[in-house]
This record gives sequence, structure tokens and C-alpha cells, in this order.
Amino acid sequence: MSRKTYQKALNEALKQEMRRDPHVIVVGVDVAAGYTSRAEDAPDDQEGGGMLGATAGLIQEFGAARVIETPISESAIMGMCAGAACTGLRPVGELMFVDFLGVCFDQIFNQAAKLRYMFGGKAKVPLVIRTTVGAGLNAAAQHSQMLHSIFTHIPGLKVALPSNAYDAKGLLINAIRDDDPVIFMEHKGLYEQVDEVPDEPYAIPFAEANVVIDGDDLTVIAFSKMVHVAQAAAQRLEKENIHVELLDPRTSSPLDEDSILESVEKTGRVVIVDEGNPRCGMAADVAAFIVNKAFAALKAPVELVTAPHTPVPFSPTLEQAYVPSVEKVAAAVKRTMAYPSARA
Amino acid sequence: MPLSKNELMEAYRRMRTIRTFEEHVKIEFERGNVPGFVHFYVGQEGCAVGVCMNLKDSDSIGSTHRGHGHCIAKGCDVKAMMSEIYGRRTGLCGGKGGSMHIADFARGMLGANAIVGGNPPLVIGAALSAKTLGNGAVGVSFTGDGGANQGTTFESMNMAVVLKLPAIFVFENNGYGEFTSHDYAVGSKDIAARAAAFGMPAVKVDGTDFFLVYEAARAMIERARAGEGPGVIEVIAKRWHPHYLGDPETYRSLSERQALSQNDPLVKFRVRTVQGGQLQAQELDRIDEEAIQLVVAAISEAAAAPFPPESDLLTDVYSSYP
Repeated sequence: MSRKTYQKALNEALKQEMRRDPHVIVVGVDVAAGYTSRAEDAPDDQEGGGMLGATAGLIQEFGAARVIETPISESAIMGMCAGAACTGLRPVGELMFVDFLGVCFDQIFNQAAKLRYMFGGKAKVPLVIRTTVGAGLNAAAQHSQMLHSIFTHIPGLKVALPSNAYDAKGLLINAIRDDDPVIFMEHKGLYEQVDEVPDEPYAIPFAEANVVIDGDDLTVIAFSKMVHVAQAAAQRLEKENIHVELLDPRTSSPLDEDSILESVEKTGRVVIVDEGNPRCGMAADVAAFIVNKAFAALKAPVELVTAPHTPVPFSPTLEQAYVPSVEKVAAAVKRTMAYPSARA
Repeated sequence: MPLSKNELMEAYRRMRTIRTFEEHVKIEFERGNVPGFVHFYVGQEGCAVGVCMNLKDSDSIGSTHRGHGHCIAKGCDVKAMMSEIYGRRTGLCGGKGGSMHIADFARGMLGANAIVGGNPPLVIGAALSAKTLGNGAVGVSFTGDGGANQGTTFESMNMAVVLKLPAIFVFENNGYGEFTSHDYAVGSKDIAARAAAFGMPAVKVDGTDFFLVYEAARAMIERARAGEGPGVIEVIAKRWHPHYLGDPETYRSLSERQALSQNDPLVKFRVRTVQGGQLQAQELDRIDEEAIQLVVAAISEAAAAPFPPESDLLTDVYSSYP
């Protein structure tokens, strides 16, 4: 056990699974920091990997047959990984930014997701697609989206969104061991987040929410980096004697419905925080589920704190306004606590 | 290397089975017994069989929406195929896939694919598996002249060259991508010529001649198996039927349609092997008869087979969930 970054935790998960199982391969653009194209004067100890370093050191340990750098051809990359997955390998493909999903979506949602079902259970697709998500780095509209609700919508796909380094390692190991296609969404703003992470391998099952904070007054459900935003809001609200229970579902598909219902039955008040856009998003999905299954327990309407219905803006002041903030979450909690008297 | 008598009989059997299968499915479809869409491979039998006679169960193929021929050529069970087309539980895919998604992984048939250009990336994945696992297998992608223009096809070709994968891209130029002719849609009017620009060899052959297809495929496949990388085969053979049953076919003239059956791969095969003394006419006649018997039995069994129960709706979405 030691303190590690989210990036290091991902790297450890990949290394340990690749050591355990020779069928695990890594595929993508620059996954070996351009090893295929090294200059003669590149230092020998160059160990970079991937846009944000999660695949560092892999090609040095496992070689070019298992760490495959590709041209920039997302359809060919994702499809090749799906085809390899259903013929004996366990590929971990990298979609550098989730925003690129439009370039290769058919291979993910029509092929990888559906082969098992269309072929009557005779195919299995043990594929992981790792991808970076989220805003906050001024990367602008085409490099900052979440899009997890789009993948969640597709039957046949699983979706994991680790919010911290401990979950990142455990969920990635579980994803690699899972026999279904998993979209593994790493928030780019969390790569430097540090946590106590066990040195040995461990798998965190899907559909097991983490209760980040126990509380009786109100349930906050948050995804990915918003867990930290909600946590900061909860700490502020403690001082005002509001005790928030914070749930991190960890996976949007499958979703830990039982834990959500248990919490809502206890508190009767819900705020959902999600960095995705509001229409057809995870916040709407979870809210509908809660209202349908726990209506009698509710003491107030379900509040949704999400990004607006806009692309992600570039200018830092605008991006800051786009991403749900601690202030917005706290205000939503207070409104819900005060219902019916204070309804915005 | 000449084919043995058994191999020649097997090749003819597969081609005749495809022809008979398609002709009978057409009749059943017109009677309203087959749900959904069907796309017939009649006229192109020499292509699928010429290629697949070079393949084993451990080799993988990917096909298009026009996949019955590739399935039969790869050795898929005809009765289970028919059941699948009829949407019955006894089908190759339990009735969950249908005509456009027929697959049999035990035979290396990775599926008919309803997305034009959908299979090349999957097939290079199978080739990557073969290369990584070192089992000497190859992946063969069947794509039409329409799919030849898809970005997925180009990406897969480049990827196969860059990673030196044992992948063969078979382009079946049957004259039309849906309603649009190859001559209009392929800007250079030469699919095979694109291969050189991607960095791999290509050969273009008459797809109605089983022997020409077989030889071209054999060379390309052996080369890939030996680790020398991917290749392209363009096979030219018109499809006799419309794109889908019901298509008004305004894209080809009556005289063109009438001339199609003059270039029949089955007739050519028979003439060559009988005149060449390798096979006897009555041996081929017997195969013709057996094919009819097999297909007729397949239809009656399929028509009598149970539909999947409603509980099958929810099965096999995942291996486990959660």
C-alpha cells in the first residue's frame, strides 16, 4: 500500500494484468510514446506512454507484440480490438479522447456491443476501451466531453468511471478480467489525484457503488470528477449542520440500483451531480429510476446539477461556468432541504 | 498444385449448395415465409468457394449483408442456417441474428455484417489474434464494390500493412453497390489498383471461374500465412438477383439482366472438369440432387422448428450483468 496517482494506479493495473495473462494486449495511438518512430538520439530510458502516461513502461516490459502502436485510424483500431477480442485475445484499446467516438462508433456500438447477442451467445468480446473524458483543462469543445450516457444507453456495453486512484486500479483490473466490452472512462482532470492504493492486484466488482460519506439528510449521487466537487460541497454543508450522504456509483452500466434506493429510502432527498449535458444524460436516467421506484420515500423533487445544453467553451471563465461547481451543488442541496419553501 | 478429385467434388458441392439454397430461399421469401430482408449470392458462388477451399476452421472470415454464400463456403451447417433465416430457436444464432447476421465461430465465420464496410476492422482483429497467438491462421475479409469505398476499409488496409497482419481483403465486384454501379462509385474504376498505394500486392480475377479464384487465393493466403503480410484479391462476378428482393433494378437494362445466366460459374466448372476427365457428369448430377434434398429438408425442418421463447429476448446481451 502506498500513495499513488490515478495515472500510476492505471499503469499498475495494466502491468499486473499483462503479467498475469499473456492474452492481454494494449493497442492505440502513441501508447508507447511514439516508440515506433524513435529518433536516434532519443534517450534509452524513455518510458513515456499514451497521451497522459498511463501506458508508460509497457513496451519495455512486454515488447512490441503486446503493446501495439497504430496509425490514427480509430475505426480500424476499435474494430481490430473487437475482432481480436472475439478470436482469443483480451485487448485494451485506447480511444485517446472520448470526443473521437464519432469517428469509430459503429465498431463499438454496432459490432463490439452486439456480436454476442446477434450470434446467439456464441461470441464473447472481452474488450476494454480506455478513454479520457471531461472538461477543466481548457481543451475546448472537441476534447472535453463526457458522453458516458451515450455508451450507457447501448445494450451490450459496460461503462466504468473511476473517481479516484484506488477505484481506477481496481475497476481497470476488473474491466480487463470481464468478458464483455467495457468503456473505461478516465477523467483527464483526475490523473494527478493521489490516494492510498494497494501494491497488489485487486478487482472492484461492477455495480457496486462506493458510499463516500455516510449521512442522513440528503443523498448526493455523483459521477467521475463530480464526486470531488460533491465532496467539497458536503464538507461546507457539514458546517451548516446538513449531513449529506455521498454515493459514487463507479459504473453507470451496470448501475448499483440497490445502493441508490437504499440511500434514497433513508434520506428522502436527492441531488444528482453529473458533468454530462442534461438531455438524455445520467442525471436524468438516475432521477427517472428514483422517481419510479422510490416515489413514496421522496420529500422533495430530485435536483439535477449538470453542465448546460452547450458544447464545452474554451475561455477559462466560460469553462468554469460550464462545469458543475461546489457552489451550485451546495445551493441545490439547500434548496432541496428547504423544500417546499425555497424552490428556485 | 492440382486439386484432388475429392476436393473438386467438395468445391462443386459447396457451389451447388449455395445456388440451390438461394433459389429455394427466394421462393420461400416470395411466399411470405421468411421474415426481414434477404440478399442473394447467385452468380457469385465461384468467389466464396474459390477462396474458402483454401481455408480451415481455424481461419476466420468476415462477410457482408450478402453472407449466405460465404457461410456455406466456410462449412456452416445448412439446416442451422435455414433455421436462422426463418428466425427459429434452432438457428445458428438462436434466431437472434437472422440473414444479415449469420455467424458460426466454430467454423471461423465471424458473421455476416449489415454495416457496409463493417467487417474489415473485425477481420484484421482476427488476423492480429492469429499473429499474436502464432497459430498460422489468416483472416479473410469479403467486401463488395460498395464497401470498397468505406473509410473502414481503407483504414483496415493501411493498418494491415503497418502491422504486417495475415489478412486478405477479397473485394467482390458484382457490379453494383445497392443501386449504384461500380463504374460510377469507384472513382479510379479499379479497386485492385488501390492496393499498391497502400503497400500490398493485388490480383484481379474473373470471379465466375472457380479455378482462377482458387489459385489467386491460394497464393495470397499462403503468402500471408508465411508472415509476408496482407494482400488484395478483386473477384469480378455479377450478382444475378436484385440488391434485395423487391428492388426494381432500374440500374441495369433488361438485356444485361438476361445475359447474366450465360456466365454461370457452375456450368463453367462442370464443363471444365467433365471435359478434362477429372469428374463424371453423373457424379455432378448426384451432387445436384443431394443439394436439393438437403435444402428441401432444411426448409421443412426450419418451417417446423420452434420460435425462440420470449425469455430469449433478454439472454446473451452480456456474459454477466452485473
